Amino acid sequence: MSNDTSGNIMLELRDIKRDYELPGGLFKPKKTVQAVKGVSFKLERGKTLAIVGESGCGKSTLARMITFIDEPTAGELLIDGNKVDTRPGHLTADMRQKVQIVFQNPYGSLNPRQKIGDVLGEPLAINTDMPASERRDRANLMLTKVGLGPEHYNRYPHMFSGGQRQRIAIARALMMNPKLLVLDEPVSALDLSVQAQVLNLLADLQDEFGLTYVFISHDLSVVRYIADEVMVMYFGEAVEHGTREEVFSDPKHEYTRTLFKATPKADVDSIRARVAAKKAGKAA
Amino acid sequence: MALLQIDNLTVQFETSTGWFKAVDGVSLSVEKEEVLAIVGESGSGKSVAMLAVMGLLPWTAKITADRMLFEGRDIQNISASERRALIGKDIAMIFQEPVASLNPCFTVGFQIEEVLRVHMRLDRRARRARAIELFKQVGLPNPEERLNSFPHQMSGGQCQRVMIAIAIACNPKLLIADEPTTALDVTIQKQILDLIMALQAKNGMGLIMITHDMGVVAETADRVVVQYKGKKMEEADVLSLFENPQSNYTKALLAALPENAKGDRLTTVSDFFDGNPEPAPSVAGLNGASA
Ligand SMILES: Nc1ncnc2c1ncn2[C@@H]1O[C@H](COP(=O)(O)OP(=O)(O)OP(=O)(O)O)[C@@H](O)[C@H]1O
Ligand SMILES: Nc1ncnc2c1ncn2[C@@H]1O[C@H](COP(=O)(O)OP(=O)(O)OP(=O)(O)O)[C@@H](O)[C@H]1O
Ligand SMILES: [Mg+2]
Ligand SMILES: [Mg+2]
Repeated sequence: MSNDTSGNIMLELRDIKRDYELPGGLFKPKKTVQAVKGVSFKLERGKTLAIVGESGCGKSTLARMITFIDEPTAGELLIDGNKVDTRPGHLTADMRQKVQIVFQNPYGSLNPRQKIGDVLGEPLAINTDMPASERRDRANLMLTKVGLGPEHYNRYPHMFSGGQRQRIAIARALMMNPKLLVLDEPVSALDLSVQAQVLNLLADLQDEFGLTYVFISHDLSVVRYIADEVMVMYFGEAVEHGTREEVFSDPKHEYTRTLFKATPKADVDSIRARVAAKKAGKAA
Repeated sequence: MALLQIDNLTVQFETSTGWFKAVDGVSLSVEKEEVLAIVGESGSGKSVAMLAVMGLLPWTAKITADRMLFEGRDIQNISASERRALIGKDIAMIFQEPVASLNPCFTVGFQIEEVLRVHMRLDRRARRARAIELFKQVGLPNPEERLNSFPHQMSGGQCQRVMIAIAIACNPKLLIADEPTTALDVTIQKQILDLIMALQAKNGMGLIMITHDMGVVAETADRVVVQYKGKKMEEADVLSLFENPQSNYTKALLAALPENAKGDRLTTVSDFFDGNPEPAPSVAGLNGASA
C-alpha cells in the first residue's frame, strides 16, 4: 500500500489479543479467558466502523484496548500512523485527549459527588486556560445538543434517568474534542427520538471535524444507518468484516445470518399473527 | 381484580428551581397473565413510577397516589417488613442499569443465592442447584464457574442476564422489566424474551415491560402505555397502537425509527410537532378525521 493511503488511516489493530486470568477455586487450577483472540483491521479517518456480536464476545474488551484502558496481552495498536506504547504510564497527554470512549455502563463511569456541569467543564479547566464563564457556556451548549438543558447543570449523576446519564457520557467525551471516539452501546437506553437526535449530532460532528468512530451496537437498524463498515465478532474473533452494503446484503458467516433472522419484527402483520396465536393458545 | 392498580400517581423531586414533577398523575393497571409495555421519552418518568411501586425511591422524593394496590392490597402504606417480604418475591424488578444494580463486592453466585435463601428458604445445596439452573436458562455459558465471578469480570450483557436470573428466581407474580435487553444482541434477546414469555404463560405472571425498542413491544405486549414529560399520552392495545396511533407524540416516535430515515437525517419529535403532544381534537369515533 502506498504511503498516501496509510496516511489516511486513523486506527490500525495488528493481531490484538487479550486474556483474563480467573483465580482458581480450592481444587481448581487458574483459568484463562481469551476475551479477544487476535483481531486486525484498519479504519480510515472520518469513517465509522460498527462492531456487532453476541453478548460476551469481546466487544467491550476491544474498546477498552483501543482507548488504552486495558493493556493488550499481545499485538500492536496504531493511532494516526503511530505505534502506541500501551504500557501503563507511557501514554502521552496528547494521545489521551485524542482518543475518547463512551462506556457501556455510564453510571459506573461518573463520579457520584461531581455535578454534571463540573463533569463537562473539567477537561477544559485542565487542558485550557479558558475562563470559567466560557467553560460554563460551552458545557451548557453541549447539554442542549444532547437533549438536556442548563437546568441540569447543577445536578448530580443519581438525579438522572438511565437515558439521560447515557447522554451525559456522550457529552463528556465530546467536550474533549477527540479525533477518535469509541462508543460502546451509546444509544441503547434512548427512546427513538432522542436516539435520532444523538445520531444526527454524531453525523454532524463527523462531517465538520472528520471524527472517526468505532461504534458498538446490538441494534442492527442503527448500525445500518450509521456504519460505513461493519465487523462481526464471535467468541473473541472477527468472523466477518466488510462495507455496510456487503455485510447487510450478503452476510457470509452463519452467525451474521442468525443475527439478521433474530431481529424482532414491528410490522402490523406480524403483530396481528402473534396476538391471534396468543388468543388461540388461551382458548385451547 | 387487577394484579397491580395505580391511580393518579405523582412523584416530585425538589430542585434548585422548585419542585419538579417526574411523574404527573399517571394511572395504570396490569392484569394477571397480561403484558403491559411502557414506552416513551427518555426522562419521562417510566423508571421513577416503577421504583415508586417497589418503594425504592430516595426519601427526597415526594410520592402521592389515590390508590396503589397489589392483588387488591394497599402497598403504599405498608410496614418495612411487609415490604421486604413482598419485594423480590411476589413483585420483582429487572433494573435498568444492571452493572450498577449488582453489588460489586460479592460474587454473582452469592447474590442470587442470597435471594433464594431469604425468600425461598432453600438449603445450601438446593440453592446452588437452582442458581445453576437459572444461569443456564438465561444463557450464561459455564454456569457453575460463573457463580464465582464478580460483576466486573463479566460483560455488560452477562451482568444483565444475572439481574434477570435474580428477578425470576422466586417465580414472581408481577415482573417489572425496565429495559431488560439493552445490552443483549438480538439472538440472546430472543432467548430471554422467550424465557420471560414462557414464565408468564406458565405461572400466569403479570409483566410490565419498559422498553424503547418497538420490536420488543411488537413481539411481547398486549397493551401499551405511551409516556411523555411525566404524563400518560396514550394507552392502546398493541395492534391499534401500531396501526393507528392517536397522539402526536406516538406518531412522531414511530417516525423516528432509523428505517424511516429520510435521506441522511433521522427525524426527531421536534421535527414532527411543536408544542402539542396531545391528539388533535377529533370527533369521537372518527379516527383521523382531523389529520
Ligand atoms: N476483568 C475480567 N476478568 C475476567 N473475565 C473478563 C473480564 N472482563 C471481561 N471478561 C470476560 O471476557 C469476555 C468478553 O467480555 P466483553 O465485556 O468484552 O464482552 P462484550 O462483547 O462487550 O459483551 P456485551 O455485549 O455483553 O457487553 C466475557 O466472557 C467476560 O466474561
Ligand atoms: N433523585 C432525583 N432527583 C431529581 N430528579 C430526578 C431524580 N431521579 C430522577 N429524576 C428525574 O425524574 C425524571 C424521570 O426519570 P426516570 O428515570 O423515571 O426516566 P425514564 O422515563 O425511566 O427515562 P429513561 O428512558 O432515560 O430511563 C427525569 O427527568 C430525571 O432527571
Ligand atoms: Mg460490552
Ligand atoms: Mg428509565
